Amino acid sequence: MIIKILGSGCNNCVRLEANARKAAEELGITAEFVKVKEMADIAAYGVMRTPGLVVDEKVVSFGRVLSPEDIKALITK
Amino acid sequence: MAFFSFLNNTFLKMTWLNEFVGKLVSDVFNISLESQLGASLQFFIYDVIKIFILLSVLIFTVSYIQSYFPPERTRKILGRYKGFTANLLGALLGTVTPFCSCSSIPLFIGFTSAGLPIGVTFSFLISSPLVDLASVILLASIFNWRIALAYVAVGVFLAVISGTIISKLKMEDQVAPFVYKNSAMPDLEMDELTFKDRIEISIAGVKEIVQKVWLYVLIGVGIGALIHNVIPESFITAILGADKWYSVPLATLVGVPMYADIFGTLPIAEALVSKGVGIGTALSFMMAVTALSLPSIVMLKKVVKNKLLGVFVGLVVTGIIIIGLLFNQFAFYLI
Repeated sequence: MIIKILGSGCNNCVRLEANARKAAEELGITAEFVKVKEMADIAAYGVMRTPGLVVDEKVVSFGRVLSPEDIKALITK
Repeated sequence: MAFFSFLNNTFLKMTWLNEFVGKLVSDVFNISLESQLGASLQFFIYDVIKIFILLSVLIFTVSYIQSYFPPERTRKILGRYKGFTANLLGALLGTVTPFCSCSSIPLFIGFTSAGLPIGVTFSFLISSPLVDLASVILLASIFNWRIALAYVAVGVFLAVISGTIISKLKMEDQVAPFVYKNSAMPDLEMDELTFKDRIEISIAGVKEIVQKVWLYVLIGVGIGALIHNVIPESFITAILGADKWYSVPLATLVGVPMYADIFGTLPIAEALVSKGVGIGTALSFMMAVTALSLPSIVMLKKVVKNKLLGVFVGLVVTGIIIIGLLFNQFAFYLI
């Protein structure tokens, strides 16, 4: 599973990544984490509000720092 | 009317808090309120507490309202209109769409690649940081409702006019080419938020803003306290007095490069006005600080070419100076 964090490196992106890592760990999933920092690349996903969360190339959330529980629900959906 | 003024004094101006802090300073700290130190201390403690209370309540409410206007929806709405109406709607939606300077570039790309004219996008980008619901209520708390409403009106007006001029100049070629490469930008479909989601978003909003602005508020109130009680009035009015024509351009140019939050600049504006500075001069300073800053200009430079950037900055600066001069001229209608 590839999990991408979209964001220019602001505080919220860091928090979202930490929560996503925790979610993956608690689910026992080995995921590869990628940071997407270039604005052009972020926009290519259709995301206008950072931070964005992309799981296997599908945008699952944007503009919010989700809790590990919310992310777990999104991954297993 | 008496009831309204009671509400205003209790919840917005919090006169009871000022009295309480005054008692604290004079009776507990044993510092006379007549002294410079006592008066500065009273202003500082009262203003910091007041701003943080107002800030928390306001950001919560505003975040809740804003959760109904995500930029994805704004983009869809704006796509249906053309010309002046689109600029006006862009400016109005700018006041309720959640905006963070770190998202301004993806937002610019998102709007532009969806085919919105850049003038409409600029109307939005100007009004969004400038006229924010929370700052309007704070203005009413510090000055009065007439000034707050006049501020909204001129802020929206500035955004509409600047955007319209940018549209008329047909500067579509002034946008970095990669922006148009995303023309296939997907329209993300999101589930409708639940009540619980919106409450969570609002609480997160309060936490985020307080973390981001507390330092600016402390610095702003600190400077305000100094202006209030330490710096001689004659010195301030000599440079920025309402009768000096150059006070407005000076306040604007000082404010432009500064990056601070409106919540930090309000106490400075308040203190300046109490020392005889024109209300227009103080508002120009606030508008310049919030509408433009070096970091935001540097970011914008990544997606637009120098000519458009120059036109944008030029229009906003000129507009703010004109607004300041008008406010100084007609302030007696508002106070």
